[in-house]
Amino acid sequence: MARYVANRLAQAVMLLVIVSAIGFTILHLAPGGPLSQFAASAQMTQEDLDRVTRQLGLDRPLPIQYLEWFGRMLKGDWGKSYRDGEAVLSVISSHLGATLELMATATIIAVLFGCWIGVLGALRRYSLFDMLATVGAMIALSIPTFWFGLVTIYVFSVRLGWLPAGNRETVGDGSLLDLLHHLIAPALVLALVETAMWGRFMRSSMLEVINQDYIRTARAKGMPEWRILTVHGLRNALLPMITVAGLQFPTLLGGALVAETVFTWPGMGRLFLDSIGYRDYPVVMGILMFSATMVLIGSLLADILYAVVDPRIRVG
Amino acid sequence: MADDTGKFGVGSVHPGIPNRRQFFQLGAGAAAGWSLAGSAFAQTERPSSPPDKPRGQVIAALSQEPTVFHPLMPGIEVDQGVWWQVFSTLWFIDPDGKFVPDLAREVPTVENGGLSADGLTWKIKLRSDVKWHDGTPFTADDVKFSLDLINNPDFRARSRVGHSLVKDIKVIAPDEIHWRMEAAYSPYMSILGSLTFIVPKHVLDKVSDPNASPFHNAPVGTGPFRWGERVPGDHILLNAHTGYHGKGPYVERVVFKYIPDLTVLYTQFRTGQIDYAGLQGILPNFVQEAKTLKGRKIFVSSTSSVEHIAPNLEFGPFADRTVREALYFAINKQAIIDALNYGLPTQTESFVPQQAWSFQQGLPEHKYDPAKANALLDAAGWVRGASGVREKGGVKLEFTNSTTSGNAVREQTQQLLIQDWRAIGAAMRVNNMPAAVIWGDFWQQSKFNSVIVGVNFMLGSDPDVTPRFGSGAIPAQGGRGYNTYQYKSPEADRLLAEGARQFDLAQRKATYGELQKLIRNDLAILPLFQGFIAEGVKEGLQGFRPNINMSINCWNIREWYWA
Repeated sequence: MARYVANRLAQAVMLLVIVSAIGFTILHLAPGGPLSQFAASAQMTQEDLDRVTRQLGLDRPLPIQYLEWFGRMLKGDWGKSYRDGEAVLSVISSHLGATLELMATATIIAVLFGCWIGVLGALRRYSLFDMLATVGAMIALSIPTFWFGLVTIYVFSVRLGWLPAGNRETVGDGSLLDLLHHLIAPALVLALVETAMWGRFMRSSMLEVINQDYIRTARAKGMPEWRILTVHGLRNALLPMITVAGLQFPTLLGGALVAETVFTWPGMGRLFLDSIGYRDYPVVMGILMFSATMVLIGSLLADILYAVVDPRIRVG
Repeated sequence: MADDTGKFGVGSVHPGIPNRRQFFQLGAGAAAGWSLAGSAFAQTERPSSPPDKPRGQVIAALSQEPTVFHPLMPGIEVDQGVWWQVFSTLWFIDPDGKFVPDLAREVPTVENGGLSADGLTWKIKLRSDVKWHDGTPFTADDVKFSLDLINNPDFRARSRVGHSLVKDIKVIAPDEIHWRMEAAYSPYMSILGSLTFIVPKHVLDKVSDPNASPFHNAPVGTGPFRWGERVPGDHILLNAHTGYHGKGPYVERVVFKYIPDLTVLYTQFRTGQIDYAGLQGILPNFVQEAKTLKGRKIFVSSTSSVEHIAPNLEFGPFADRTVREALYFAINKQAIIDALNYGLPTQTESFVPQQAWSFQQGLPEHKYDPAKANALLDAAGWVRGASGVREKGGVKLEFTNSTTSGNAVREQTQQLLIQDWRAIGAAMRVNNMPAAVIWGDFWQQSKFNSVIVGVNFMLGSDPDVTPRFGSGAIPAQGGRGYNTYQYKSPEADRLLAEGARQFDLAQRKATYGELQKLIRNDLAILPLFQGFIAEGVKEGLQGFRPNINMSINCWNIREWYWA
């Protein structure tokens, strides 16, 4: 087990180095740069732009820039944002809370509802509920998050006035009730696709489990149905969900990016989008490395957990 | 009716619950624009004057995030929105284009002795009742420090245009400062008035790195509002500076809310979550509807930006003035203005905004005349080939046009241009790019054939366009400036040099008038229209005054108040 974990860790580190090199190169080779936004400004001449480019060290060869950045990063210095001069780690941490809040809420909603729909669909296969759940999941997976977000705002904010049309809080309020009030719409929009996914996976997994011999044996022994389903069925059906949870992180991050834009949610997704637009290299690289690390940790944890609960898949 | 008076007296929304009938009306699409957001101004009496002390708050929405808070470093318009609240300039430019003293007691002129007749010596008298937000008195040392900092080679100054000419700065007294200019440069008056904020010496002369210090993210100024807090990616909060030396402020707090999507920004304006829909304003397609919203006021105002087609004058066919003239005749400008921009912008022939003192009336007016365009090209020897595209001496009249991808209105404009120009035998192809790409080397080094762009040619309120049209300002030819059109004219150079030396307004008006005639005649640019912005405020919010001489219309929040 220890060797298995060590192997996976070594692979993850190698992968991070490759991601950093490719990301850095693509980002810097893309036309434009952090000063492009000033090019059309009446206030900065080409001479000014050249001077600031030199001052930022952007005129040096790319490999040197990369090695310097990488060396600093190893020491824990991820650089400073070109936009506001803040340390990259501080910029990321200032946006991380909002994203985690959104993602965690959406995940809780998705897991609870998705698993419930999935289990019920599996137990009542081909019933009206199951068919409605299947059609609903297909629709949910097909709806663009951006469009659904705008429709949600239109209905619940513009027309009904039940929910705020975005933002994380009312400035000057910030009470828990206010925070929850603002969280409902973006979390539900983000949870929609997740719920559909969890529902479909759970249904398949549960169907597989309830057709196993040990379930039939349990029934033959006269065990109560609720106990069969919870102790033997649900526990085993949830095993593959560990992998699903680990692999859901990138999807969730992508969805969060859209939801944050629509609902003016000050999270990582929007920061990433803004930073790419501004060509804020240090922040983009910081987010890239952070996200890659999170994805790798997610998948690593899923694999390790799986190896812990299912000895058959352990390697070496 | 919901009570709309929030914690700070205004602006917060407490939506009610609709009754069953209202709920079912949703499906019927009735009551368009119906919102349960109350009005922030439901008052029985409306004071016609500002309150005695700051009251309430203003939530000002911007579609870009202000991130640069050191006002002498590279920043964009939204950053200026914050700078105007936190800092002060020696004088500012009001909506009528007049210089109004701020930190200075008076605007220096030859008549009051502030300026020498040759324009080389400047003597500025300063106010002695100004305090920084931390209570330290403002003095001439701060002005000297700010000007020195801009010229400090280690400092990432936004621009040194004009400042680099300043020599021998002498602090005569705490409220008086003199300096000498290396050469007479009249636009410096406007540069000081609209782009040069004074920063505190007592805070910044202690920092080891002028490009990074705590000040950069918690600035101290002399402006009407003190720095409060910043939640990155969300909002910036400023509090009233009660010791402000000028008029106002009349609101307790200003919140700059960052809402990147313009549709969402408008929605939040509509639902009452924001009090002011600012930069980049309300999308043209929403303006008509916005005007019908209850409890909202919409302002459509001109900006200094001139939307135009920028030809690369060193590119084959565009080097021929006849071609440019024919292309100009063939553009159906009115269709672009009416059909694509909802009739909101104003037609123009100049690079100077029509509200400016230097605007030249009576420039030749554009006419949509494809027949004349064809005749001009025929006469100049541009012959139609088999494909319908004209040629002359082996050069085909075909070219690309670029603009920022994703800008729907400009992309639609390109489609109209393709049709208009096809009718006269010119073939245009679209070559659009993301903003960060197009405004990089592609634009700066004149690698384009033609571009649709909106440019503010003015230096504050000054029409000095040496960096735009001077022959020494072509970056692609090693010049210092942003003459990306690659326009070269000895006459324009002469007029530009003359205009920058003159201090008499009448003389300058005549000089820049001649220059506008020349640029219009040479068709260095093909102007489409003067830019515009549609902004909205909640009814009851007083004091909003669009100012074409500023980069952003929320320049004077100190004068805003709730009636």
